[in-house]
Amino acid sequence: MEASKVIHAFYTDDEVLLDAVKAVKAEHHHIEEVFCPFPVHGLDKAMGLAPTKLAITAFMYGITGLAFAIWMTNYIMIEDWPQDIGGKPSFSWFENMPAFVPIMFELTVFFAAHLMVITFYMRSRIWPFKDAENPDPRTTDDHFLMEIPIHNNEEVLTSLLSKTGAVEINIVDKH
Amino acid sequence: MYQFSGKLKTFSLALIIFGVVGIAFSFYSGSQKTIEDAKHAIEASNSDAHGGAHGETAAPHGEAVNHDTHAEKTDKEAHASMIEAHSEVDAVHGNSHDNEHAEHVLHQLQNRPWSAFYVALFFSLGITLLVLAFYAIQRVAQVGWSVVILRVMEAITANLLPVSIIMALVVIASVMHLNHLFPWMAEGTVDPTSDNYDPIVDGKSWWMNSTGFLLRSIAYLLIWNAYRFFIRRSSIKEDTANDGNKTYKKNYNASVIFLFLFMITESMMSWDWIMGLDPHWFSTLFGWYVLASLLVSALTVIAFFTIYLRAKGALPHVNDSHIHDLAKFMFGFSVFWTYLWFSQFMLIWYADIPEETTYFVARFTEYKLPFLGMVVMNFVFPILLLLNSDFKSKPWFVFIGGFVILAGHYMDVFIMVMPSTVGAQWYIGIPEISALCFFIGLFIYTTLNAFSKVSPIPKGNPFLEESKHFHYYNIEHSGEESGDH
Repeated sequence: MEASKVIHAFYTDDEVLLDAVKAVKAEHHHIEEVFCPFPVHGLDKAMGLAPTKLAITAFMYGITGLAFAIWMTNYIMIEDWPQDIGGKPSFSWFENMPAFVPIMFELTVFFAAHLMVITFYMRSRIWPFKDAENPDPRTTDDHFLMEIPIHNNEEVLTSLLSKTGAVEINIVDKH
Repeated sequence: MYQFSGKLKTFSLALIIFGVVGIAFSFYSGSQKTIEDAKHAIEASNSDAHGGAHGETAAPHGEAVNHDTHAEKTDKEAHASMIEAHSEVDAVHGNSHDNEHAEHVLHQLQNRPWSAFYVALFFSLGITLLVLAFYAIQRVAQVGWSVVILRVMEAITANLLPVSIIMALVVIASVMHLNHLFPWMAEGTVDPTSDNYDPIVDGKSWWMNSTGFLLRSIAYLLIWNAYRFFIRRSSIKEDTANDGNKTYKKNYNASVIFLFLFMITESMMSWDWIMGLDPHWFSTLFGWYVLASLLVSALTVIAFFTIYLRAKGALPHVNDSHIHDLAKFMFGFSVFWTYLWFSQFMLIWYADIPEETTYFVARFTEYKLPFLGMVVMNFVFPILLLLNSDFKSKPWFVFIGGFVILAGHYMDVFIMVMPSTVGAQWYIGIPEISALCFFIGLFIYTTLNAFSKVSPIPKGNPFLEESKHFHYYNIEHSGEESGDH
């Protein structure tokens, strides 16, 4: 069951935030989300987030690009119309392979880079006309926000968070 | 302080002694070669599977192997009619051509112990030199992470002096005509009245002359050793200097000057010592190519000694992130080497200008397996093994990757040297292996001996604390709590 109420705790310093995250995790409360104006080193580890698999997808995409380049050069230059262009050996793909390496390299990088970026957009749900999901505009400037769902433990959470150096604690209805 | 273990000392000395015996044996058997052996070698190669094509490949062969005794044919116009002329010679003066060919092969057989020694010597000298250059880069770039392994790099450069002395002796021996490594040094190449006259070499004789070669070689070795001597002494002084980083700044300045001189001398060294083996051939990015090959080997050697010394407990502040960084460098420079190797190969292959292409024709016809195998070992293998971030911080993984990289780059130097000096008469046997053993033994002995002499931690370096706490963000160090970072 999704909690209908969440607690928003504001911090003004990334070090304080990191300690607060650790304190909340130590009490075994679930942290729904943390909003930061910039990347905080070690935040993902402190929150216990699983490492990203984006690099693995990029490797796969790169292999796809390489395979595409090999297929394309082989089909066009060797199988479909093997002309003699300036004496280059078009009898088999391997004999003319050095000439294809630049395009093989570029397509590998192209596929790996672009498909990885698109994967990132899809997984992070980012697109041009998307409505911002920002709970408070200050988190894009100089405030950090930790969001914790409430399961009938409002007082416990409030007292815990106020001890961690939060500058502001709000209870918000979430729809 | 690290204690040079007795076992390893014995092992390295055993390697040196084994190497010396093997080298002495191969020089002895090389000097016993006669024209009869050469004829046997020709017969053996003719009965090979590729022997049938020998007559057809004779023309590029004659051009590619530059100390060919057919030097009178090497002027440019003669090149065009070479194939024709060659077949005529075959038909009319078949017998005298056989003798010339036999003499040519005899030179290759006699070259083999020298070349085998030279390959291992150049590889060892080059690695040591590039460790020194990498060390200078760390100082100039004021690198934070590597301070705790600076002493390892310093210790490795202790190998520079002995190999420089051996290199100087080989250079002097070549100038004194004790070997046929450098074909442009042969008698009469610049004398128009001589049978050996070679107008191409003559045109380059403003650079390729024995006096200049000797002076330049000695100058390179002196410059490198001067920096190594100064920086080692001054780096030890830094530990106790306590003079507001004055010594540190002096070392910085010395490293800047060294790097400037190094880039010039390294380029010229690769022309003199490697490209000079093929005086008819030239390539503009050759200096960089040699640099890349030696740099990736140097980083691998640094990683090897770091992993070994850390396992022995001699490097208390080195953590998995330091290993990870070294492995990243090994990976990156493997790719850089491949880039240069391919750029050189592809440009020459694509344009296919005969005077450039002969270089690769000789390597492709007679060295196909090592030539292509080297690309697998130096590119495909490290790419697949060291791409994963977790693998890069596992010492045994880095060790396996590094072993293949080092073997691959030995092959690389082998292929730079051998086709020009021994041609088709190559083999990896006693001369090659014993020379390699000698230099590996020397490497281990000088490095660990130097490492055991001074404190493994450069206390006076202002970046020491940063280096001790160096941490690459996504590496979990073995035996570390998740809250430690």
